[in-house]
Amino acid sequence: MNGLVADLRVVRPGGFRLAAGLHIDRGETVALLGPNGAGKSTVVLALAGLLPVDGGVITLGDETLDRPSTGTFVPAERRRIGVVFQDYALFPHLTALDNVAFGLEAHGRSRSGARREASTWLDKVGLGEAERIRPGELSGGQAQRVALARALAFGPDLLLLDEPLAALDATTRPALRAVLAEHLEGFEGPRLLITHDPLEAFVLADRIYVIEHGAITQTGTADDIRLRPRSPYAADLGGTNLFVGTAAGGHLDVGGHRLSVADHTVSGPAIATVHPRAISLHRRPPEGSPRNAWETSVRHLEPLGERVRVQLGTPLPITAEITPASAAELGLEADVKVWISIKATEISIEAQP
Amino acid sequence: MRRIRRRTPWPIATLALIGLAFFVVPLAGLLAQAPWSRLVEVASSGLVLDALGLSLLTSALATVAGAIVGIPLAWFLARSEQRGLGIVRAIVTLPLVLPPVVGGAALLFALGRRGSLGGPLAEATGFVLPFSIWGVVVANAFVAMPFLIITVEGAIRALDQRYEHAAATLGAGRWTTMRRVTLPMVAPGIMSGLVLSWARAFGEFGATITFAGNLGGRTQTLPLAVFVALESDREAAIVISLLMVAVSITVLVLLRDRWWRVT
Repeated sequence: MNGLVADLRVVRPGGFRLAAGLHIDRGETVALLGPNGAGKSTVVLALAGLLPVDGGVITLGDETLDRPSTGTFVPAERRRIGVVFQDYALFPHLTALDNVAFGLEAHGRSRSGARREASTWLDKVGLGEAERIRPGELSGGQAQRVALARALAFGPDLLLLDEPLAALDATTRPALRAVLAEHLEGFEGPRLLITHDPLEAFVLADRIYVIEHGAITQTGTADDIRLRPRSPYAADLGGTNLFVGTAAGGHLDVGGHRLSVADHTVSGPAIATVHPRAISLHRRPPEGSPRNAWETSVRHLEPLGERVRVQLGTPLPITAEITPASAAELGLEADVKVWISIKATEISIEAQP
Repeated sequence: MRRIRRRTPWPIATLALIGLAFFVVPLAGLLAQAPWSRLVEVASSGLVLDALGLSLLTSALATVAGAIVGIPLAWFLARSEQRGLGIVRAIVTLPLVLPPVVGGAALLFALGRRGSLGGPLAEATGFVLPFSIWGVVVANAFVAMPFLIITVEGAIRALDQRYEHAAATLGAGRWTTMRRVTLPMVAPGIMSGLVLSWARAFGEFGATITFAGNLGGRTQTLPLAVFVALESDREAAIVISLLMVAVSITVLVLLRDRWWRVT
């Protein structure tokens, strides 16, 4: 059976145009990564059947859901697409249990049967004790899990997650990202994660589409986007350095290489990000206070508009962004030896459970 | 918790007090002039009890009838993308600004014995709307329903559409979504609208006297009874007025805590 194949063409009032092609296999998690206003919400509405496309086609499995050229349009309630909405949109007048049971009942289960099954789902997401609580009294993390259970319970063929972590504060986000990853694995159909957070896309998705101004500007794995961003925008959005390692007492150990970080509170498995522009390059060992400095060699230079992306090799492959003028001044070319320095405060780190 | 009291600036406080006095003074006047010794006697007279019963019945019927057609109309106004909706809204809200007497006259010309619609109806069935209890209900509904409609329309508009979107993605058709999501979520707005519309119907005078007349025991509601009593028995007028104040306040207080949300 096929996954999702979509070619979305939508014109919104006000002149915004979306023209985006997406395909997601069954069992694959794909992220749609883009800034606000890029057209991500329009993609959600079109796929879910809440906004008919003006051109193109949407097929899920063997079924055509929307194809204006043949007049085909399957309305939202018959699409079997589970959606976790931004801010969750849980029904405030229903308990957590009835929120989850809602979709089951709408798909023909009896009220008692729906409630029994909903109860099992709440157990599955670890909220067995919250059945009778209304959304207003749930924490952000609990609401996210109820929303996930509600979207999955009726057995959808596609899972759409619209900024599922954006409503959470920074301290709970890593833990819930892990919960999300676990449940994504358990869902067999195609999964589409809409996000503006590169880290979320890198950690959760198998493949990433970058969307800008209503069009897909790049697609590939996290490494493709990070190491070879195709537009200045993608470089800003996703072209960041990301390290997975083990943190302890203000250090992050990445495969034997030790980075000093300003945050001393994180320990255990952690993810660190460093923006390429926060990395300085020097011909001689740098003076002053940078805690992280080492010698390396240039592997590759890539001009990108008003800047040059410099890929550096061992001991810790990393990408820096400098101006063409300073690249010339440093005499950078492949295999040239160069010193690198990063301030500890420029490395953001968060725990990765 | 420590609170810091801030004084209201004196020009605002003065004007606000004048505004408050504007409401308190008439009520106080009513209480000051009340014939307390005759209170029970007047209030329990056949004329007043008939009028009270009629008022409660017709205002309730007008509110229920208004809800049955008014809520769907409010939903249509809030959700339809039809052109010319502005004109529909203007027509619906017209009774809010129209003098009730004019409304009553308009009803008479349309639904009266010789009215454009009432004439054929009277010929075919012999049923005549004006000067009957049904006439009172129609007059009440005409002036009161717009309050319900604009309140409910506002509540439906204010409802975040994502909830209905969520219901649709979960497999709920439009009817299920309306029944299980939209209506429960706008219930406070509906209750506010019902209360407002009932209060307006309960106090209705101009349209009622024009369209339904002033027949004691049949179409004479409490406001009409006050009007008549002012000519003949001032003390009775005061007692009936106080009765209306009491009924209105009781209803508002009973509903306020549960439903009446002024935000």
